[in-house]
Amino acid sequence: MAKISTKHGDMDEHLLTKRTGTDRHHDHDGSLHDTADWVEYWHNGELVHRSVHVTLHKIIPEMKPIIAKLVG
Amino acid sequence: MLNKETGGFWLCYANTQSMATSFKKEILNGSHAFGAQSANGTRTVTTKDTFKAALYVTTATVDSTTTAYSATNEVSGTGYTAGGIAVTNATAPTTSGTTAFWTPSASLVYTTVTLTTAFDAVLIYNTASTGNLAVSVHTFGAQTITAGTFTLTMPANDSSNALIRIA
Repeated sequence: MAKISTKHGDMDEHLLTKRTGTDRHHDHDGSLHDTADWVEYWHNGELVHRSVHVTLHKIIPEMKPIIAKLVG
Repeated sequence: MLNKETGGFWLCYANTQSMATSFKKEILNGSHAFGAQSANGTRTVTTKDTFKAALYVTTATVDSTTTAYSATNEVSGTGYTAGGIAVTNATAPTTSGTTAFWTPSASLVYTTVTLTTAFDAVLIYNTASTGNLAVSVHTFGAQTITAGTFTLTMPANDSSNALIRIA
């Protein structure tokens, strides 16, 4: 019998209600920023476990070399 | 923030995904070693630095102006140790074409934690440096964790997607 770690200690999975989902977060320009896959376990209407796996999609723009221009 | 054109709402983060401005200066000073340093006539240390990843709540302000790790507005809760977790750094920086890049070699995994205050940012910083110098801030949709695991998977380590890239 699978055990799930909860805020009340380990509980048998069959006693819990499992919910899963995926959230996608976008930036203002509509591009995908990150994806979050979550798993929740509920017991008698109470959230007792929540785990999340976030995958980063939006990265920091790379540093670009600056070429100095000599004038004079 | 209200989008007046659509009537919907923009997601506004107090934390901003960015490379620390101070980091850009520090790499020119040789303050960060993601791979083994080459010894020269002055420098004898050849081991790479160690890095950690700390999580911050949505009301924090970690961004390009962040210069070092701070416990202010860092998440707290059962199973989470202040300062965050070690970043696995088993892949040395490399190049492809004209781009140099580096990515942690494993996902960041915060195991069996309870973080009930929403958080949306991770700060990567150099623990080998004096003052825990900041490297970069990465944001994501706000999350909470209850007696569970928070896993943050890095992008692919290539010249187009690596976490840190210099073109």
